[in-house]
Amino acid sequence: MLKKKLVMIGNGMAGVRAIEEILQANPDMFDITIFGAEKYPNYNRIMLSPVLAGDTTVEDIILNDEQWYADNGITLHMGKRIKEIQRGYKKVIAEDGTEAEYDNLIIATGSDPFIIPVPGHDKDGVMAFRDIDDCDKMFAAAKKYKKAAVIGGGLLGLEAAKGLLNLGMEATVIHDQATLMNMQLDSVAGEMLRADLEEQGMHFKVSTLTTEVMGDKRVSGLKFKDGSSLDCDLLIMAVGIRPNMALAKDSGIYCNRGIVVNDYMQTVTDPAIYSVGECAEHRGIAYGLVAPLFEQAKVLAYQITGQGLKAYQGSVVSTKLKVSGVDVFSAGDFMGGPGADVLELMDRVGGVYKKLVLEDDKIKGVVMFGDTADGPTFFQWMQDGKDVSEQRSSLLFSASGLGDSGHSGIDLVSAMADDTIVCGCNGVSKKDVVDAIMTKGLTTRKEVTSCTKAAGSCGGCADLVDQLLASTLGTAFVESDHEPICGCTDLNHEQVKEQIKTKKLTMVREVMNVLEWKGEGCQVCRPAINYYIGMLFPEDSEDDRSSRIANEKMHANIQKDGTFSVIPRIYGGETTPDDLIRIATVAKKYDVPTVKITGGQRIDLLGVKKEDLTAMWKDLDMPSGFAYGKALRTVKTCVGSKWCRFGTQDSTSLGIHLEKRLDRIWFPAKVKFGVSGCPRNCAEATIKDIGIVGVEGGWEISTGGNGGVHVVATELLCIVETAEEVEEVSKAYLQHYRETGRHNERTAPWQKRVGLDSIKALVVDDLESRKALVARMDAYIATQDQDPWAARVADAEKEQLNKFSEYKRIDIPVRVEA
Amino acid sequence: MGNATAAWIEVCKLDEIPPSQARTVNAGDTVIAVFRLTDDRVKAIENRCPHKHGPLAEGIISGDDILCPLHNWRIHLDDGVVAAPDEGCVKTYPVKVEDGQVFLSL
Repeated sequence: MLKKKLVMIGNGMAGVRAIEEILQANPDMFDITIFGAEKYPNYNRIMLSPVLAGDTTVEDIILNDEQWYADNGITLHMGKRIKEIQRGYKKVIAEDGTEAEYDNLIIATGSDPFIIPVPGHDKDGVMAFRDIDDCDKMFAAAKKYKKAAVIGGGLLGLEAAKGLLNLGMEATVIHDQATLMNMQLDSVAGEMLRADLEEQGMHFKVSTLTTEVMGDKRVSGLKFKDGSSLDCDLLIMAVGIRPNMALAKDSGIYCNRGIVVNDYMQTVTDPAIYSVGECAEHRGIAYGLVAPLFEQAKVLAYQITGQGLKAYQGSVVSTKLKVSGVDVFSAGDFMGGPGADVLELMDRVGGVYKKLVLEDDKIKGVVMFGDTADGPTFFQWMQDGKDVSEQRSSLLFSASGLGDSGHSGIDLVSAMADDTIVCGCNGVSKKDVVDAIMTKGLTTRKEVTSCTKAAGSCGGCADLVDQLLASTLGTAFVESDHEPICGCTDLNHEQVKEQIKTKKLTMVREVMNVLEWKGEGCQVCRPAINYYIGMLFPEDSEDDRSSRIANEKMHANIQKDGTFSVIPRIYGGETTPDDLIRIATVAKKYDVPTVKITGGQRIDLLGVKKEDLTAMWKDLDMPSGFAYGKALRTVKTCVGSKWCRFGTQDSTSLGIHLEKRLDRIWFPAKVKFGVSGCPRNCAEATIKDIGIVGVEGGWEISTGGNGGVHVVATELLCIVETAEEVEEVSKAYLQHYRETGRHNERTAPWQKRVGLDSIKALVVDDLESRKALVARMDAYIATQDQDPWAARVADAEKEQLNKFSEYKRIDIPVRVEA
Repeated sequence: MGNATAAWIEVCKLDEIPPSQARTVNAGDTVIAVFRLTDDRVKAIENRCPHKHGPLAEGIISGDDILCPLHNWRIHLDDGVVAAPDEGCVKTYPVKVEDGQVFLSL
């Protein structure tokens, strides 16, 4: 197949990104030729400031080295400026005479720095800060000269001033507005930034217009409109950029503020010619930030490779920056005019300022200074139009604001929605990062950057990426590699499980012998081993009661005085008068001192003597509630659509059904369900291991919640239509938990450790895997065919004293005649 | 047992104590836990942890130690001494097995 010829003028970030997207979409479609005016391959222009500041080197900011162009069969002409586009012949001609024909042409000429045409602007020592050459000039100047002035108090100007400061020069920033970075910050944040930078040694002249550059051949000073002046021997102009469109204009392509393109990034004049990046004007806007440009690149690639129509709709931009070491974030309409609904938090000592502008309980704009961790979340909510009235009082303290879990960065990122954008520059979502970490086994930020591009452009999200790394593999990384189960062994949970499986060990004692246990095991490792054996070989192993803790051994909860408590199953919390009478009769007969309604909609008989247990179970004739075990505890339900005027689903029936299906299963730790019939969620389902909430036409299943010491809200697993699907997904989720959970690890930390995404993949998305999990769960359930209380009663009646005789009392005389 | 006054009291059959577990014997107000170890040796101590009076018979046996079910104190069954870092001592009782029968001396 004859390849089409694609030529690109410009070798910068937006253009090369478009080429990358094209190669990804269809690597064999084009013969690609790129002309770049600079003598470098594509580099990260945003990182010029760190280069200037000496934090990194030119080599380190190269995004695509020459090898990359070679590997992808791209003809690269560096240092060749195109002087003419001959649209009639479909070819471009460079200043040195090099020609190239095209079928499609991309103009990605970017922008030029704007030099204010004040008198004297052409003197030596007056320059812009735009490319690697400018950096080199500044390095050279800093060796000879002392006093630098920077016109422009935007991001670039401040970064340039900071760089010069680092190079040992004095630096004064002249800004025509009162507020620094007035496009991104309000006056309060601008003031804080200024104070911070002044502390670092930077000088400022704000609300000041420059009228003349003084000096003979070289700049020697500046004159201002108010009559004052400033000595300087280096002047950086950083007042903005202008789309570089001269070439396009000369070729008869329609230009306004930039090269005008349609929603598919085609020039409106010539459909064979595209434009992308800072030179392109879309719906009246020429973007200067990286994120929208990369979005444009994607759309361009989609269109040019013929994948169909995907329109660029324009971008809502947020700014998350590190200005000379200070974090700032802003998005939307953050000024908030008179009468606006504004939330503000100001901590002058801590250097933190946050401001949200609301309208109809929705976020309209946000400015943050010092602590920007919540920025992406707020931005996401702003785009989603989320109603924030409920979080209003705590919003500025923490977006996730849940109990004790809201304050550390790691918790914050785990509370972030999957589709929240972590890296705004490259449009990388939390899910992209987490998936890459999980599937490719990444452990460093550098690896994440090379895989996903997150933190590869402005680096403003580097902390977030670090936190995601920590929260995604933190515990897995540390614990699975190092932490043994307990002092009795050097092996961790996963290693022990693996050994039991491969060596087919079916007895606790055998496991401890083969795996060279130190001593006879303890209350931590023995129950764990017993659980793993039972989980792996449900049919070929016998429960080791001597490795059960007291509660599970006795099928009752031991109390502080050595008595026990008895809790029968009350499925779904729904009972009958007959059952209540029976419970009451038993309580009276055995003189039960306390009868208590539990938090899980059941009845607890407390203070039962050990020797009364079997007799009570027999009289009760109700299933064991497993309140003593690492098993299914309660399935809390609301009355649902059967009675409630708000109910949309029959939550009680579903709860009872689930509890009956799952009531005799051993898990790594206890498991609680909540089933609510409508989003009012009266069953408090969202702090349970599995929370099911009825919605119109279906059920929302969310998982990994916990209402204990660390309150954790469930995360949405999926939405299904029928009760059968709820059962299937719940079974698959719980079987996956049984197989991969560590003994004594609740679903909340487990889900956090293995990652909701990986769980979703196996339990929800991959139907084969879901089916297999359900089948294994069903096979296991089939082995648990007898209620433990009924079994003990039957044993007692058969007088199998060798087995459960410890329930029976023995009395001996205190004094015996010798 | 060199003690002349020691009188052996028949308690139960060894088989009536589940393997690697214990059962309790009431002697007036005192409750004694009789443990059957993995190798069928038996030990007897007062069924009362010095910490919060936990019923030791319900704990997990680890070698010649018992782990209290309430707060996992570790008590040596031979001498009743609590393992560090905790401190304390539990009363022990002479116990023996003859012809599958367990005897205890108060």
